[in-house]
Amino acid sequence: MGERVGIEVSLAAAEAVKMANVDVIAAYPITPQTHIVEHLSELVADGELDAEFIPVESEHSAMSVCCGSSAVGARTFTCTSSQGLALMNEIVFIAASLRLPIVMILANRSMSGPLSIWNDHTDVMSIRDCGWIQVFTENGQEVFDHVMFAFRVAESASVSLPIIINLDGFVLTHVIEPIEFWDDETVKKYLPDFKPVNQLHPDNPVTMGAFGLPSIFTEAKKAQNEALIQAKPEILKAWKEMGDLVGRHYQPVETYHAEGSETVFLTMGSFGETVSVAVDELRNQGKSVGQIKLRLWRPFPFDEFREAVRGIKRIIVLDRAVSFGGPGGPVASEIRSVLYQEENMPTITNFLCGFAGRDVTAQDYIAMYEQAEQMAQGRVRQEDYIIYGVRE
Amino acid sequence: MIEVRLHGRGGQGAVTSAELLALAAINQGNYAQAFPSFGPERRGAPVVAFCRIDDKPIRTRAAIYQPDMVLVLDPSILRLVKVTSGLKDDGILVTNTKYSGDELKKELGITHPIATVNATKIAMEELGLPITNTTMLGSLLKAREVVPFDSLIAPLKRRFGRIADKNIKVFTRAYQETLLTR
Repeated sequence: MGERVGIEVSLAAAEAVKMANVDVIAAYPITPQTHIVEHLSELVADGELDAEFIPVESEHSAMSVCCGSSAVGARTFTCTSSQGLALMNEIVFIAASLRLPIVMILANRSMSGPLSIWNDHTDVMSIRDCGWIQVFTENGQEVFDHVMFAFRVAESASVSLPIIINLDGFVLTHVIEPIEFWDDETVKKYLPDFKPVNQLHPDNPVTMGAFGLPSIFTEAKKAQNEALIQAKPEILKAWKEMGDLVGRHYQPVETYHAEGSETVFLTMGSFGETVSVAVDELRNQGKSVGQIKLRLWRPFPFDEFREAVRGIKRIIVLDRAVSFGGPGGPVASEIRSVLYQEENMPTITNFLCGFAGRDVTAQDYIAMYEQAEQMAQGRVRQEDYIIYGVRE
Repeated sequence: MIEVRLHGRGGQGAVTSAELLALAAINQGNYAQAFPSFGPERRGAPVVAFCRIDDKPIRTRAAIYQPDMVLVLDPSILRLVKVTSGLKDDGILVTNTKYSGDELKKELGITHPIATVNATKIAMEELGLPITNTTMLGSLLKAREVVPFDSLIAPLKRRFGRIADKNIKVFTRAYQETLLTR
């Protein structure tokens, strides 16, 4: 195995991209993603990474360059946050429909306004339906591992789709912590060279992203949806093989003391680690509490999720974004939809918290649990939700 | 788990101190987190950084509200910010100051033990700059050996290259010159 080092998570992410031997990086700096692209730019400038770093003038151009470079068969990486993602939005959808296996790290940040540079999940939820594979990470080690995972899955011939690795801005990007690097041999074993299924090449001209008349568009979307759903076997295989190689075993849905518990927290991303601390504390108090962590957001792991919540009475869903005027947070509304036809459907209690860098401590999660218990005495309607910690 | 909160001014290297401490712990095979108070950096403004050290993986992803140790790099912070906020009953305040622990306790009404050192003087004599981040690490370890003294040497060397020796000197001097007032 590789060396265990103390390093800022952003720098480790960049080092992982380097170890994956990326060919093209096109990115525009934006807080809190900045350290990742800065470090990649340094690695290229210092000759440590033999890649093209294309310093574009906007994120719209970044994603456009990525589409071009991926289409000719270059291993392609980009990274953004928040407003940057919004600016590249139209090309993000195109990358998925063209089946271009671009890897993007999204350092999650709120969308303005008011102007904020801090972390929540508003950015990723705004492109929920963009057609990319989407995974969430809880700590720096998971970020490092998932860079390798992302290139492997995205580029595999049976998938050929772009992938977003979500990591929480600041909460992860700016933290120095121990991360076990992979050695080159392990990377080589895990990540084969990129052999594109379809390739732009002068010797063999093809058209990508052609005009889609109404007579073909529906079929194109059905095919795209099937492609994303059918990516799952390869996703599972890539995690299994990673587990065999490095000893860290990832699943689409991961649980912590969930089995046999009456109540579970549902988390995505780095807040999940603090929730685990709260779960320990509540269990010490004799409460029947566990946790379910959703790692794979797209394609949604329906079977694994339903299996994980079997027998559970209440799910406290933590959302880090608002569906304004809608039924609470986007995650909770999706979970309700997934479970709607289940027998003995658990009660869903939805807390919206941690907006734009508002700290949420283990004590806060304990308070949410207690509030959810009180709410259980009354009838919780589908559209009931609580924005936690509002100062009044 | 040991939690340290560092107070300084933007540009004085509070984040670097937290980082060096974490690296020392990680090199020892332990677990650590170092992170700034997230946001835009402003030179000269009061800033906070954090460091957690444990012998098992650290899961808490939140700021530190009840530190075991508070480290103050800049004496002027003491009168601007309530640096002992949340400090555990058995916690220690470690500060750069030209005053004695007794004088500070009286003036600021602090009941916690205080470790004091004139870090600005040491830094000016050895580095020629009023940058006290590496100096104050020596003081912190004297007050409580949260990581072994020697474990800081490698991270200091790596971080400071050709000026590493000077930084190791201020670190060592502060360790020797720090006084603890119970």
